[in-house]
Amino acid sequence: MAELKIAVSSKDHVQGDEHAPAVLVEYGDYQCPHCGHAYPIVKRVQKHFGKRLGFVFRNFPLNEIHPNAEAAAESAEFAGANGKFWEMHDGIFENQGSLSLPMLLELAKELGLSETDLGAALTSREFASRVKSDFIGGARSGVNGTPTFFINGERFDGPPDFEDLVAAIDELLAEKD
Amino acid sequence: MAQLLSPGSLAPDFTLHVTPDQKLSLSELSGRPVILAFYPADWSPVCGDQMALYNEILSEFQKYGAELLGISVDGVWCHEEFAKDRHLHFPLLADFEPKGAVAKKYGAYRDGEGICERALFVIDKKGKIAWSYCSPVAVNPGADGILQALEELPK
Repeated sequence: MAELKIAVSSKDHVQGDEHAPAVLVEYGDYQCPHCGHAYPIVKRVQKHFGKRLGFVFRNFPLNEIHPNAEAAAESAEFAGANGKFWEMHDGIFENQGSLSLPMLLELAKELGLSETDLGAALTSREFASRVKSDFIGGARSGVNGTPTFFINGERFDGPPDFEDLVAAIDELLAEKD
Repeated sequence: MAQLLSPGSLAPDFTLHVTPDQKLSLSELSGRPVILAFYPADWSPVCGDQMALYNEILSEFQKYGAELLGISVDGVWCHEEFAKDRHLHFPLLADFEPKGAVAKKYGAYRDGEGICERALFVIDKKGKIAWSYCSPVAVNPGADGILQALEELPK
């Protein structure tokens, strides 16, 4: 069973509590249609468990097949450095069909971030090392496609459906109780 | 599930087509680690399939000086189109004639179905198998086992 090699920490983008009884980690690619499909499902799972679930998103862009995935990941990290990671993350997935460089700049503007600064960060590859380090940590943890989920450090190999994710998390919470 | 050649055995040499007019022998790569990734078939209908994943991780494999070879029973023309479509930057070998002969030598052939197992081998620079792993055919094994095996190779 593949296990998460990089523990969840304060360096991560976490929704909810990183020390919640259950922590779901997603390795995702903003241009991957399966990740786009999983996006609203994760939201429902988060709503279902409330405070008992923390959620972490890490980058795993498949650049050879998704040419805009890297720029999207770096844009989300740029937004994160300016306190708007989740707004950007959500904005990209909610507009995945029109993902492009102009769309990323437009999203930044809508979030009150500087388009010029984002453009400069993408050109200088300011956030490339952060994205790469997520990617390598994922490869070493047995990420085998996108999205790959880990629940409290163990790879979840089931289909990323609402029912299956909830069942796996329920099982884990039951063990803890 | 077939019985894979296990660590410690000498990796059997082979020569297979890598393009319609080029062949590659394992022995040509002696002196550097080699990753053999046997897989069932080109064109599995998911994004981030096993070969696409390894393609993205290639630079990590290369840090260990390792060569990655994908092997399936698909023919050279099929491999060529698949590699082009997925922008693969490593060779795919055609274990096509006699079909599956190399996979059989490695214990990585599924007789009833006539395809390769999803089997991984890391071969050290002296040509000995350092690590092998057979994944259930429907499960993409990822790259964690390969990376760990490369890390544990004697320098």
